[in-house]
Parts: sequence; C-alpha cells; structure tokens
Amino acid sequence: MNSIKKISGIVWLALGLYAGYFSITSIGLPKFTSGMAGNQSDLVFGIIVLFILTPIIVGSLITFGYYALSGDYNE
Amino acid sequence: MSENKTSNIRSVIAASSVGTMIEWYDFYIFGSLATLISTKFFPQDNPTAAFLSTLATFAAGFVVRPFGALFFGRLGDLIGRKYTFMMTLLLMGGATFLIGCVPSYESIGFMAPLIVLVLRLLQGLALGGEYGGAATYVAEHSPDGQRGYWTSWIQTTATLGLFISLIVIMVTKKSMSPEDFNNYGWRIPFWISILMVGISYVIRRKMSESPLFKKAKEEGKTSTNPLKESFGNRYNFKFVLLALLGATMGQGVVWYTGHYYAMNFMKTDCKIDGFQVEEIMTYAFLFGTPLFVFFGWLSDKIGRKPIMLAGMLIAVLSYFPIYKSIYGTTSNKNRTEIVEKSTSAVTMAPDKKNPMDSVRTTKTHKEFTDGAVFNETKDEVILSDKSKTAPKPKVTAATKIPDNNFWWLVLLVFFQVVFVTMVYGPIAAFLVEMFPTKIRYTSMSLPYHIGNGVFGGLMPAVAAYLTTTAKGTGPTPTNPDWYLQGIWYPIIIASVCFVIGLIFLNNRDREIHD
Repeated sequence: MNSIKKISGIVWLALGLYAGYFSITSIGLPKFTSGMAGNQSDLVFGIIVLFILTPIIVGSLITFGYYALSGDYNE
Repeated sequence: MSENKTSNIRSVIAASSVGTMIEWYDFYIFGSLATLISTKFFPQDNPTAAFLSTLATFAAGFVVRPFGALFFGRLGDLIGRKYTFMMTLLLMGGATFLIGCVPSYESIGFMAPLIVLVLRLLQGLALGGEYGGAATYVAEHSPDGQRGYWTSWIQTTATLGLFISLIVIMVTKKSMSPEDFNNYGWRIPFWISILMVGISYVIRRKMSESPLFKKAKEEGKTSTNPLKESFGNRYNFKFVLLALLGATMGQGVVWYTGHYYAMNFMKTDCKIDGFQVEEIMTYAFLFGTPLFVFFGWLSDKIGRKPIMLAGMLIAVLSYFPIYKSIYGTTSNKNRTEIVEKSTSAVTMAPDKKNPMDSVRTTKTHKEFTDGAVFNETKDEVILSDKSKTAPKPKVTAATKIPDNNFWWLVLLVFFQVVFVTMVYGPIAAFLVEMFPTKIRYTSMSLPYHIGNGVFGGLMPAVAAYLTTTAKGTGPTPTNPDWYLQGIWYPIIIASVCFVIGLIFLNNRDREIHD
C-alpha cells in the first residue's frame, strides 16, 4: 500500500498542474475576459474559478502529491 | 454507560444541536429565498444576472467560512469551545435579523446589495466558527466507541436547519397573499431568527466547558499558537490536506447536490411550481434525516471510511440517471395536452417605469391529461421609441405536477438525501479523531469549511452556470442534454475524493484523548 501511495503522489502532482492549466486557460481567463467586457454572469463565474477554486485545487493537490511522494502518508 | 452520563450527554447534544441547527437555519434562509431576494436587492434589467448575483452573494457566505474557521477555531483552542460558539451564535443571529431589515434596491440603490453582502459575509464567518466548535464539544463529551452515534446528532442539524427554513417559508407564504409575501412577507423568516437565537443563547449559557479541553487547560497542555501548530507543522498539515481531499471535498458536493442543487434544478430547469418543490424537499428531508443517526451509529461498528466512501461512489454513479429521470418526469413534452382547456389571454398596460412605453402581458394556461397544469406569464415591453432595442421579455413559468409525479420526485430526492447521510453522518467523528485536543477546533474546522463551504457551497452557482451556458440563449438549446451539464461538477470532485480516500484514509484511528 505504501508504494501505491507514493506512486499516486505523481498522479496528484500532475493532476494539480493540469487542473491549474486547464482552469486558468480554458475557463477562468476566457470567462473573466468576457466578463470584463460586460457579461455579468461570465464575470461571476470567472472570479469563482480564477480566484477561489483554482488556488485551492492546485495548491492542495500539489502539496498533497508532494507529501505522498515523499512518503509522509506511509504507515 | 451509567444513566447519569447518558443524561448528561443528552443535554450536551440538545444544547449544542439546537444552536447549530439555528445557525444553519439562518444561513440557509438566504439560499431558500434566493430567487425572490434577487429581485429585491439586485438590478432588475436582467433576471439571470440578478439570480447569479444572488448565488454569488450566497456563495460569498460560503467562501468566507474557512476564514471564520481560522478565526474562531483559534479562539476555541485558546479560550475554550463553549465561549467561542456562544459568540458565533450571537453574530449569526444579529446578521440574519439585519438582512431582514435592509431596504430594497429600489429604495436605497447599490447600498442595498452592498449591505446584504457584508451581512452575508458575517453569517459565513459565524458559521465557520460554529460547526467545528459544536462537533468538537459533543465529541469530547462522548464515550469511546459511541462517538459516531452521538456526533451524528450534530450532523442532522444542517439538514434540519434547511428543513425548518423551508417550513417557515411555506407557513409564511400560506398565511398571506403572494403579493404580501413578495412585498414584505419574505422578511419574516429572517426576523424569526432573533427569537430562536435568544432561546438558544439562554440554553447554551448553562453549559459547562468540554472535559477534554478543561483537562488540557488545567495541565497547561493547550496550544499557544493553534494556527502555527495546525498549518505550520508538516505532520498536522498533511492530515488537514487528507481530510480535505479524501473526505470533506466529496462530502461537500454530495451534500449540496442532494439539498440545494436538487431544489434549484426542479425550480429553475424543470420549472416546477415553487411551492411543490419546497414540499418535495420537505418530505425527502423528513424521511431521510433519521439516517444520519443510523450511519453515525453504524460507523462506530464498521468504521467511518467504508460508509463515507460508499456514499460518494453511489452518488457519483447515480446522479445522471436520477437527474435524467427528474427532468423526464417533469417535462411537459412527455404529456398530452387537453387543447380545449388551454387558454391564452393578452392584456396591454402602460409601463410603470416609463408611461410612454407599454407592457404586453400574455398569460398562457395549459392542462394535461395526467392532471398537470402549466401557467406562464410573459411581460414584453413595447417601446414608444422604435429606434431603441426593447429589453428581453420577462417570462415566469411553472408547472403544477400531478400526485404520481410528485411522489416519484420525493423518492428521487430521498435517494440523494440517503447519499448525503452516508457521507455526512460519520464525518464529524472522523474529523475529530484525526486531530489532537489542543488544535482540534482549528484543524478540523478548516478542511470542513473548505470542503463543505467552498467546494460544496459553490456547487449551485457553478452548476447553474454550466447549465445556462449549455442551454444557450436561442430558442433551441445548444446542447440537447443541457440540463445534465451542471452535475459534472459534483461527479468530478466526488470521484477524485473517492480515489484519494480509498488509498489514503485509514479506518482505525479512533483515539481522541491526546
């Protein structure tokens, strides 16, 4: 189980990076830009994704992945 | 357990639960009245924008919850559990009462949404401090081997708070005309809160401090800097992360899908009569709530992990069929219209805002062979100045569904409440058991409020956005399955959480005397 935990650390790190890239380039920035141009619902959604969800998801997944890879969760 | 101890823990549960339930009630009235509030405090030109703004304000209350968890959690670990959650109770009650007093956008302009936003933030801060305190307080009074059972009573309070908010709204609506409710009646549920908070304050004042905290304080073992010890210490922080990613994140989205999204979906996407939707939710909560206690009790026997993860997995696998069935059951396209009973009436009147313009109101009434009744009111502004573009027509439509559809929907929502009870019933005990006494309040509150408040609380706003985008603005939806797009969010989050929980959580740690 310990080796699965360690190897999965790479998955969480990669997922964190991909989630950050995807949520910024495909959702957050486009919605924020169209929101600034006047679309209020896009603005609300852009703010939620860019400034709330992305930092939490990316930060927690990358740190968690790093800890898992370092063996912090081993028993 | 001796009779004396049982009676003591019962009074602890009662005093803690009543206060926590009132705080949830306060927090959820806003969400239950979101559609109406959007018309009172936000610009009226664009109803969708108004609705989303309300959801955003609603979401603001959730986003600020982790900050409340940090602020009050720290206090709880420094000065004690009891005094801290007395403070959160008063803060919540005051903020809720004042929301009911704020003049509308028409009276004071942009100050109205601004004041509402500030009060909503205060509500979020208070709730951020309340739950962790109540869960810790009850857990620290509970005997070993029964912690899941006793803390599950605290877990019923969120659903009961929502349930009571719906009951109060329904009773208020029933006791006056729709116009009166629209004008001032919606404020009554906010005002009632101050009475309930007063009663709860009196009950809580008589409670004593948690025995474990008292002992730690007497022995000088309390933390001097709970924030640093919780999040600056790698050993503790790794458990905070695990609690978030392997449990509370999935729990949050399952909770809000089963409670709020189900309600918004039936009202906004399926256009079922609002009163009927509230009745459906009320029945589902009524039948489902005892299961919190059942799963809490079961978690003492077989462990917290299998129950929480099973709830997440079943939810992920069931959401598509459930929401497809809700939409199919309520779609008028699947019904046969009784053409001779259908009516359509058009009236013209001067526009109240600009008497030079006029408003054409079209009222459509349709009846169906299965007993369903559809009513639609469409208000179109006809401008006197033809060179200007008229605003989009305002359409209010609702279908009153027949009994067989009603009970089928109760069952479908009940299933979702069962998933909620599985993931949520054991989670207070699970979180409490993860952290030591001296930093327990702080450490368990943060992952709970990020998972439940941020991931879960944003669920209705994110899902509403995904659905609206997939539907498009034209007469034909851009995506034929537009109504299902919102549930991708809880499915993805709960799936990731399930996998992390499966690999990393252990089912053994039940010790809290440290």
